[in-house]
Amino acid sequence: MTPIVDYMALSAILFAIGVIGVLIRRNVIVMFLAIELMLNAVNLAFVALGRRIGSMDGQVIVFFVMTVAAAEAAVGLAIIISMFRNRETVNADELNLLRW
Amino acid sequence: MPQWLFAFLAALAIIGALGAILQRNLVHCVLGFALVLIDLGVLYMGLGAVTVGFLQIIVYVGAIMVLFLFVIWLLNIQADTGVRGGASLGLKLIGALAAAALAAELFVIFSHAPKLREVRTIAPSFGSVATLARVLFTRYLIAFETTSLLLLAAIVGAVALARRLAGQSAAVAAIPPRPGMRAPESRREVA
Repeated sequence: MTPIVDYMALSAILFAIGVIGVLIRRNVIVMFLAIELMLNAVNLAFVALGRRIGSMDGQVIVFFVMTVAAAEAAVGLAIIISMFRNRETVNADELNLLRW
Repeated sequence: MPQWLFAFLAALAIIGALGAILQRNLVHCVLGFALVLIDLGVLYMGLGAVTVGFLQIIVYVGAIMVLFLFVIWLLNIQADTGVRGGASLGLKLIGALAAAALAAELFVIFSHAPKLREVRTIAPSFGSVATLARVLFTRYLIAFETTSLLLLAAIVGAVALARRLAGQSAAVAAIPPRPGMRAPESRREVA
């Protein structure tokens, strides 16, 4: 039987990989993927801790996080399409204006 | 979940996550991330959260990852610079070190939480559709209904943002194509 602390350690590692992804990549789509990775790392912590205290609340929160992530992906990718259409780039360093 | 199975799934998740942030081809990044998502879905099922595990695979891999792939193909992005390019190597090294320090800090916190090591048995109905639905439609009913509003706003917002405005295509055509990227004409057929 795996103790919950192992799940928490995996969650911490995945979150750190997500942070590294945002910091070292300049492609907005990969940065967006790394943010989703951080969301999923936190979801794992929610499910593991919910099991530890024997409560369904953690899973309900994960359900809501998934919903928000779906909405976020739709809006975020629409913004990326719009940026690419106007600037012809997905490099975050070249997207330095709050207008087009 | 037996320890060896957890070790296997954890290693797979870390490999997939590293692939997702280090690959140069964007499609490979998305596929690496899809591996992490399926892997996490299996971990949820092992933790007893069967419904959430299936939802993870259906919603994340089935919908969100496909959306990412469609956008990458729609924009027709050629090979990326990968981890090279952008900020200097020193800055990236500092970023990676800071993230590693964050993980180490979390490890220290977890190692000082003895209750995380206790194993607790759960009822067989834990994590079933019925149990999840009972909590969702009683205590979290208002939050659940609010998410429908959020999804509606996201749909309208996504359509409004991605729509091509009148007279915008002329502005795009005025920008010369960058090297390593196809001419805008080939892209406009898809869009």
